[in-house]
Amino acid sequence: MHELADSSGTGAEQPDGPRLVRREVLALGGGAALAATMPVSAPRAAATGTSPAAGSTATVPVRLVVNGREVSVEVDPRRSLLDVLRETLGLTGTKKGCNQGACGACTVLLNGRRIVSCLTLAAMHEGAEIKTIEGLETNGELHPLQAAFVEHDGLQCGFCTPGQIMSGIGCIAEGHAASPDEIRFWMSGNICRCGAYPGIVAAVADAAKRA
Amino acid sequence: MLPFTLEKVTSVQAAIAAASSGRRFIAGGTTLIDLMREEVEQPAHLVDINTLPLSEIRIEGSDLVIGALARMADVAAHSDVQRLHPLVAESLIEGASPQLRNMASIGGNLLQRVRCPYFRMHDAPCNKRTPNSGCAAIEGLNAGHAILGTSDHCVATHPSDVAVALVALDATMQVRGPRGERSFPVEELFRLPGDTPHLEHTLLPGELILAVRVPGGPSSRRARYLKVRDRASYEFALVSAAAALDVEDGVIRQARLAVGGVGTRPWRLRMVEKALIGKAPDRKIFETAARLALEGARPLSGNHYKLELLPRTIVRAFEMTGEAA
Repeated sequence: MHELADSSGTGAEQPDGPRLVRREVLALGGGAALAATMPVSAPRAAATGTSPAAGSTATVPVRLVVNGREVSVEVDPRRSLLDVLRETLGLTGTKKGCNQGACGACTVLLNGRRIVSCLTLAAMHEGAEIKTIEGLETNGELHPLQAAFVEHDGLQCGFCTPGQIMSGIGCIAEGHAASPDEIRFWMSGNICRCGAYPGIVAAVADAAKRA
Repeated sequence: MLPFTLEKVTSVQAAIAAASSGRRFIAGGTTLIDLMREEVEQPAHLVDINTLPLSEIRIEGSDLVIGALARMADVAAHSDVQRLHPLVAESLIEGASPQLRNMASIGGNLLQRVRCPYFRMHDAPCNKRTPNSGCAAIEGLNAGHAILGTSDHCVATHPSDVAVALVALDATMQVRGPRGERSFPVEELFRLPGDTPHLEHTLLPGELILAVRVPGGPSSRRARYLKVRDRASYEFALVSAAAALDVEDGVIRQARLAVGGVGTRPWRLRMVEKALIGKAPDRKIFETAARLALEGARPLSGNHYKLELLPRTIVRAFEMTGEAA
C-alpha cells in the first residue's frame, strides 16, 4: 500500500522540503543509462524519402500524447509501445510481465480503451492518446480505483497492480462491473500471481458503484 | 525481433499493391508481433493497414456485414450483432481477453496462427514452422490437439472461436486482390494440413480481406456458443460448439453445427445437422446425432478424452439453444 501511495507522488513532500521518491530515482537512473548506451534518436533513412531496406536500423518518428502531454520520439519500428513507455519515456509504472499478451501487467488505455502495450508497435500509434498509471492522479488525489485498491488490499507484491488498475478502469467504463462474477470474467486478462483476486474484485466493484 | 520496415497505407489499392510485392499486412498485431518476437514469423516488410476504412459493422438486407478491421470487442458489443447474431457476439466474448479483443481485428482473428506449443519452440520439429522438419506433437504433449482433419504432418487445432460460429452460420469472405474482388465461404478460407501444413489459408498473393458477411436466417437467433476449457475465461477451447436450431411446431426445420478445439480447421458437422431435421428437439435426439461427430476421428496419445467431450459439448450446446444467452 505504501508502494502505491508513493507511486502516486503523495509521499514526495517532506516537512523539510521536497525529496526524491524511489520511483523517481529509478526513473532517472534508467534514463541516464539509456542516454549513455542507446541514443533515443538515430539517423533515419525515412528522411531520404526512400523506404529503408530490410535489416536496416532506421528509426521512425512518432508523436504520442501520453498522460495529456505531447511527446515526439524516434523509435525503432520493433519497439513495443510498452518498451517506449518504460525505456524511452521513463514511465516505469507500466510493467513488463510475460511480454506476450498473456498476463495484462502492461495494460494501458489507448485512445480510452484498455490494451496490452507489449503486443503493439509504438510506431503504429501516431497521434494516439495513451494513459498510464502515472497519469491517473489529479491534484495529488488518487484515482477512485487506486484508492479502492488501497482500501480493499487489492495487492500483495504490487507488480500486477498498475495493469490491474488500468484494466479495471476499462472494465468499469465498458459497463462490465455489475457483479463479482462479471468482474472476474471481464478482468480475466490480468493475472495476479499473489492471488489478491478477492481484493481486486472488491476494489473494482466498489469503484464501479462510486463511478 | 529481427529488423523490418514498417509503412502505413491509406487506401485499399495501395495495400494490395504493397502485398503483391511480398509485404505483410499488420492489423491488431496480437498474433504477429508475438510470433515475430519469437522469430517464428520473420517478415522483412510490414504494411500497417489500420487506417483503411474497413471497420464498419452494418446490416445489409438480412445480412450482417463486418468490416475486416472491426475489432473483436466492437463487433461483440454492437447492438445489431447482439440482436440478430447472438452466436457471433457470444463466440467473440468467449475468445481472448478484453484487452486483446480491443486490439484484434476480425480479419486477423481468422488468419491467426496455431497455438501448438511446438510451433513456437525452435528446438522442436514443426512442419508448419519449418516444412519437412517433422511434427513433435504427434508423439509429444498433445492433449490440446485435434482429432479431426489431422495428417501425419500436423495435428494442431485452429484456435479461433468466432471462426467456428461464422462457419456454422455459412458466412462468406469478401476479399480483393490484384485481379479484383471475390467472395467465398469462410469455411473455404481454411486448408487441411495434409502434407503442406505451412499453407494455412486460401487467400491468393496480394489479397486483402475486406469484410465478412453473415446471412440472416430463422436459426440465427436461436443459436449458442459453448466453450469447454481448462479455466472459466481467457483460455483456448478444449472443445467448443456453435449450434443453431430452427424449430417450428415442435419440429427441427434446420440445424447448424460447427465445432472448435477438435479440428485442424473450424469443423462443420453436416451429418449431425442432417440427423436432427424433422425430429422433435430433446436430449435423446441430440445424443444420437452427436455420436456422428466422431466419424473419422483419430485421437492422439493425450486427447482420447475429446472422443467423449465432443459429443457431450454438442448435446449441451443444442440444449442451450432453447435457453437465453
